[in-house]
Amino acid sequence: MKYKRKVPCTKEQLKEIRGFVNSSLGQHGLSDVDISAMVLAIDEVCANLIIHSHHCNPKEFIEVIINIVPHEGVEFMIVDEGVGFDINQYDEPNIDDLIRTKRKGGIGLILVKKIMDDIDFIKKNSKNTCRLYKKIDIS
Amino acid sequence: MIDIKTIKEAEVLTMNVVGDVDASSSIELDTALQAAIESKEEKILVDCTNLNYISSAGLGVFMSYIQDIKANDIKMVICGLNEKVFNVFEILGLHQLLTIKTTKEEAKSHLGEV
Repeated sequence: MKYKRKVPCTKEQLKEIRGFVNSSLGQHGLSDVDISAMVLAIDEVCANLIIHSHHCNPKEFIEVIINIVPHEGVEFMIVDEGVGFDINQYDEPNIDDLIRTKRKGGIGLILVKKIMDDIDFIKKNSKNTCRLYKKIDIS
Repeated sequence: MIDIKTIKEAEVLTMNVVGDVDASSSIELDTALQAAIESKEEKILVDCTNLNYISSAGLGVFMSYIQDIKANDIKMVICGLNEKVFNVFEILGLHQLLTIKTTKEEAKSHLGEV
């Protein structure tokens, strides 16, 4: 089963994306806590792209694709065009350092790495795909 | 998306946070917390009973005030987190760095108000 949603790059669309991921995963017998963790991870990646790669430009778009692999897991693909952002190249900040320096940002991608089992970044021509995979028994 | 109502009862400043705290709305939580800290409140209760969602943007706001809270000897308690929201604090270990109570009564008791 595959689900797709394309939205303009504004922060207000994050709620729309969360609703889409929540309702798509909600049809496959997962617990609320598992669903909400995956919703959070996708929200974090999309927020990062919308704010840092697209500077909240409503004329640019990101697409979220969800591919359910029964009894194995869920594959998420977040596709955009532009500079691209490879999460795997991002050095995770230390929580104690963030507290000490009173920095508000930097923890989103830590959450993504803790929630997802596999993260890949694929750049092909002008298209960037952030592929996230969560191993989970899903119907 | 988010609605924050602040009420001062006795010595406690209670902030009722309603809705979703994400990258588009965390600024409002930031403004409310900053105002409470700058006005030298000694006891802050953040009631999250009606908080549906929090992302790293919201967690980052709480984290960024941990030092100010300690430095100013402020007692801040967060309460009423639902299971999904608490799970987000737990993933990062923030439940050990912030004071979190299950109910508002427990939070008030922690602040010495019961």
